[in-house]
Amino acid sequence: MKKDIILAGVGGQGILSIATVIGVAALQEGLFIKQAEVHGMSQRGGDVQSNLRLSSDPIYSDLIAQGAADLIVSLEPMEALRYAAYLNPQSGWIVTNTVPFVNITNYPDMALVEAELHRRPRVIAFDVDAAAKEIASPRSSNMVLLGACAPLLGIDTDKLADGIRRIFAPKGDNIVEANIAAFNHGLNVAKAVIK
Amino acid sequence: MQHIKQLLLGDEALALGAINAGLSGVYAYPGTPSTEITEYIQSNAVAKQRAIHSHWSSNEKTAMEEALGMSFCGRRSMVCMKHVGMNVCADPFVNSAMTGTNGGLIVVAADDPSMHSSQNEQDSRFYSDFAFIPTFEPSNQQEAYDMAADAFDLSEKWQMPVMLRMVTRLFHSRAVVCSDAVAAPERPLSYPEHTRQWVLMPGNSKVRYKEVLRIWQQLQQVSETSPYNKYIDGTDHSMGIIASGIAYNYLMENYPDGCPYPVVKISQYPLPKAMIQRLAAECPKILVIEEGQPFIEDRLRGIIDHGTSIMGRLSGELPRTGELTPDAVRLAVGLPALSRSDASEIVAPRPPALCQGCGHRDVYHALNDVMAQYPNPKVFGDIGCYTLGWLAPFNAIDSVVDMGASITMAKGAADAGQHPSIAVIGDSTFTHSGMTGLLDAINENSDITVIISDNLTTGMTGGQDSQGTGKLEDICRGLGADPAHVRTIDSLPRNHDQMMQLFKEEIEYHGLSVIVSRRECIQTARRHAAAAAKKQSKA
Repeated sequence: MKKDIILAGVGGQGILSIATVIGVAALQEGLFIKQAEVHGMSQRGGDVQSNLRLSSDPIYSDLIAQGAADLIVSLEPMEALRYAAYLNPQSGWIVTNTVPFVNITNYPDMALVEAELHRRPRVIAFDVDAAAKEIASPRSSNMVLLGACAPLLGIDTDKLADGIRRIFAPKGDNIVEANIAAFNHGLNVAKAVIK
Repeated sequence: MQHIKQLLLGDEALALGAINAGLSGVYAYPGTPSTEITEYIQSNAVAKQRAIHSHWSSNEKTAMEEALGMSFCGRRSMVCMKHVGMNVCADPFVNSAMTGTNGGLIVVAADDPSMHSSQNEQDSRFYSDFAFIPTFEPSNQQEAYDMAADAFDLSEKWQMPVMLRMVTRLFHSRAVVCSDAVAAPERPLSYPEHTRQWVLMPGNSKVRYKEVLRIWQQLQQVSETSPYNKYIDGTDHSMGIIASGIAYNYLMENYPDGCPYPVVKISQYPLPKAMIQRLAAECPKILVIEEGQPFIEDRLRGIIDHGTSIMGRLSGELPRTGELTPDAVRLAVGLPALSRSDASEIVAPRPPALCQGCGHRDVYHALNDVMAQYPNPKVFGDIGCYTLGWLAPFNAIDSVVDMGASITMAKGAADAGQHPSIAVIGDSTFTHSGMTGLLDAINENSDITVIISDNLTTGMTGGQDSQGTGKLEDICRGLGADPAHVRTIDSLPRNHDQMMQLFKEEIEYHGLSVIVSRRECIQTARRHAAAAAKKQSKA
């Protein structure tokens, strides 16, 4: 088993909480993990990404090679495209939120962004924020997105749900259940697309 | 012995390794990517129970000297900094090889190739080589953990400080690390056996310098047999490869079934000469893969003096600047690039920006409105979140060089006849390296206006304590600034007009003035509010 994942978003959106849950579940599965993060200046509203690598064999590089990523998971549609060249052309998936985060003046036309996304062969793109708001709370967008990439991670979805329980447990049962509901919603969206 | 397996950042692995090796004190000024080492020690249960020193220092020089003082008394100490911090502490760092150490002393240098969060990509291996200080360069998080104990042992055996050099990609990447369940005891107080070398008067230093060079030669032998340096033979001798630190990973990533070429893996310096000479004798050409600047490649030419062809960053097989990637290494070893998906042409750059609700914004809005009234104003900036004031929409500053340079450059500009000459500096940067420059300006009553944009924290690195909080005006007055021209205002949108008026008044005063413009960092304010709410709900 080997999965190379690029997590993307804008500084402050919280892509690292997705990585944390996957990390906890992968550790439980006894997998080797490498997770390169971005700290410092870019966290102030700039583009941020994390290279997350999971494998049943030892992993050398902290970085993923271009053309090698199995999955791009993004909280923002243009940020998903920023790493497009890293995607494996034969088998790679993009799982992304479609809500743009516009904090720059030259953000491209959204119609162009959507067209760019959908000309790629394997894409799951939906309004993650609206789903989160409807199912749980706006703050659970990350867990909706995690659910939507869960079938592609190569980790048992129950283990991922356990990871959510463990991480959110200190915040109380209501928060745990809201995040589990968000996760399950994302999972159903993905299942409908992947079939 | 019992072991624990957990997912740790490179910073955290190193910090835990130091604690488990009997650390008594860590000294540091926050700086990406080194900050999390000290933060980990500050929150670690064993460190708290043992009261291991972990309070932030004012700058890297004071941190280095404090660590050296602890080492003098026989205890294990560590000093951590980002690579440009090496410039700030260069004086005590280079001289710590001259004094030598007593308790183990580790100097952590956090290099930032590709300048993710820095103003240059200097390589700290040049410093340790220049100072004759042995150096470890871990290639993964486990080695970062293991090397802490080995570095303390090496330091105590040779009575020399040891540099531990890592790069951003390793500091800020997580992996599973296996650690000891129990921390070794701290070292007892003890004093140096050789006392003369701690007094660096010329007579003592001349004697000691010869000793330093003798130790350096012996350390070269130590490097030849170090378990961290390996000669890994291969079947294809048409090329040999030297890979150091994290670069070894990028090499092996491209050969999942093993590298066909002989490889010298280097993680301990001084360089293992004999190992490299053996590689040169067996291979007609050598590719050097190293993260940062071409340190090894440059030195090879003094080690290999026959016809071996040397390839690397200097000869163009690898990029001369920036971080290595598995892709760049793939091409350098002669493998074809992987096929890729199409890049997207429409993606726009997304630079970082000051947060909404940040007081630095109010400072720049007011300052820009005042500066618009002058034909040729100059604003000298400094290092911190407020460096982002150079970007649109503010475009408010003309220079950013190093910690504290805002005040001294503004002074130099005023000396040259510039007016208005403004310095904008943060509170933490001011106490790091601004105070001495301010004294220069006070002593000459320089015609500059210093704006200390005080957010009560070290913001850019994530909100660590700032050493001048609550004392800034006192510090300025204590240094001799005229109290009538040490002014304070709150950086708030509703104070825009008053801020403008205050800036204007002090610019029009032709002497030294300091304006402390204050508002808590929005990030730490939110954190403090959340903590207060939590406390209240419990009560």
